[in-house]
Amino acid sequence: MTITTAPGAVRAADRPTPSPPAGARRTSLGRKVRDNLTGHTFLIGAVLCFAVFSWYPMVRGVVMSFQRTRRGETTWVGWDNYLRILDDPSFWTAWQNTFYFTGLALVLGYAVPFFVAILLNEFRHARGYLRILVYLPVMLPPASALFLFKFYAYDPSDAGLFNAILKALGLPTAQWMQSPEMTMPAMVLASTWMNMGSAVLIYLAALQNIPGELYEAAELDGAGIWRRIRHVTIPQTRLILALLAMLQIVATMQLFIEPLILANGAGAEDSATSVAYLIYQHGFFQNDLNGAAALGVIMLVVLAGFSAAYLRLTAKQD
Amino acid sequence: MAQDTGTRTLISQAQLRRGRGRAVYWTLLAVVIIGFTLVFLGPLYWMVTGALKSGQEIAQTPPSLIPQDPQWQNYADAWHNLDLAKLLFNTFYYATGAVLFQLVFDTAAAYSLSKLRPVLGNVILGMMLATLMIPAMVLIVPQYVTVIDLPILHINLLDSPFAIWLPLVANAFNIFLLKRFFDSIPEDLMAAALMDGATPLRTLWSVVLPMSRPILGVVSIFAVTAVWKDFLWPKLVMPSPETRTVSVGIYAFAGGTPMNVVIAASVIAAIPTVVIFLVFQRNIMSGLTTGGLKG
Repeated sequence: MTITTAPGAVRAADRPTPSPPAGARRTSLGRKVRDNLTGHTFLIGAVLCFAVFSWYPMVRGVVMSFQRTRRGETTWVGWDNYLRILDDPSFWTAWQNTFYFTGLALVLGYAVPFFVAILLNEFRHARGYLRILVYLPVMLPPASALFLFKFYAYDPSDAGLFNAILKALGLPTAQWMQSPEMTMPAMVLASTWMNMGSAVLIYLAALQNIPGELYEAAELDGAGIWRRIRHVTIPQTRLILALLAMLQIVATMQLFIEPLILANGAGAEDSATSVAYLIYQHGFFQNDLNGAAALGVIMLVVLAGFSAAYLRLTAKQD
Repeated sequence: MAQDTGTRTLISQAQLRRGRGRAVYWTLLAVVIIGFTLVFLGPLYWMVTGALKSGQEIAQTPPSLIPQDPQWQNYADAWHNLDLAKLLFNTFYYATGAVLFQLVFDTAAAYSLSKLRPVLGNVILGMMLATLMIPAMVLIVPQYVTVIDLPILHINLLDSPFAIWLPLVANAFNIFLLKRFFDSIPEDLMAAALMDGATPLRTLWSVVLPMSRPILGVVSIFAVTAVWKDFLWPKLVMPSPETRTVSVGIYAFAGGTPMNVVIAASVIAAIPTVVIFLVFQRNIMSGLTTGGLKG
């Protein structure tokens, strides 16, 4: 979210706030609070909620990952939780699955919405209808949509929706969630169907901001459709493309409800276990909240690594 | 959202009007309309009608397009066996509360950060925005531990609606949206109100809020859909059958309930958000695009 946050933060920083002389800081702070009582009262509710449910848990998560609570007694155990988590036979499978999902979702869920948006932006008719269609699945409760996929679409018999379509087209049918090879593609398909609407709409907004003269000029220079996409559309939407790639990686790395509902958690031969599911397993079924916290910290470190790489890449391009 | 049909896009208007371009345009439009209808509406049709089929019909190959003998009983069973009225009421109750808590606390905080210049305002805003970068899954365990034993107060919030309402107030995206909107309200207007002797609260109520209706609408709609769609957090903090949300309730029953009844329940659970979407689609779409990412 770095890009969206920048304008507000900068604007706020630009505003001149009278700074007190260095020595009188303490006394004037109290006075400032009293002078601007309304301002601080207005802030207090939200700040308390952030403090209790966001800022404190961040610290608490790291602290917990170095502690162990047994029968109400908490002790410091160093790296024990991390070692135990690394020892879990599912640990590496879960990371592998999660990266596989993230990668597949990038191919399908990242490129497809962009081209759908380019296509929709060219139409002069039925624009509202097509937009509503694409966004409709986003509004379904994920649990509802996933039960639909689980029971009707991914039914491994020939009565299932997808198998019936494949059969009608003369293609071989699939075992879907019953087969370890198809589990991930099937989850990516369901997840993309549910989520792509927001990406399409965001791209559409970005496409509408591209000045028409750029296309005009490119066309005069003899650029065909593909070259116009490459040299006008993509450079003009580069920031949004990069931002959504980052947001999507962060979102897909948290893959949870798809394995839980579609694959009953682990799936055929552990093919669906995700890191987030492992956190849930450790924390709420194996009575190992400390191990789950450690896994959460590991996940945070990995995602922070992605964010750092993203920031470096985008900074270089500017 | 404006229908900028006049502006130039990838392909020029003129090219689309000429003979071949025109034929390609209309063919492609027809293909996309039919294709999208099948891809995005088709599964929903399958869901609604599939829940009307009998157990035998659902297992038949090839599957039937239209239920031969509609079993309305499936929907009735879903409603009664899963106690959907109770589940829907719970979800509705949490969603309404979430809207109120977010509107009151986030609006007040954003107004204060935007116009009242509190001490360390920039630092607080920065710390709030920093939470946007922390993935929800990372915090789920420490948040759960916090909710079952609130610091200092030592209250257990399990099965209390506050376990859903209060964490939702800590929504940096809302604060950001609202603050940015308030920033765009001219200072002169505020100064004029102040000159007339209005207190900050009065200014907020009579000047700022009436101007902010669109953004408040967006925040409210997002709050409702967020509660309706959320799964893991309500599953963890609302463990007893009496307090469950509708998604969690259906999941809890899915194991021992006939497939068609689960789907019928899923259809009913999806109706409120779909209706909200169809009614407020303009607000939702403009909020999604102008609110977040245009900078």
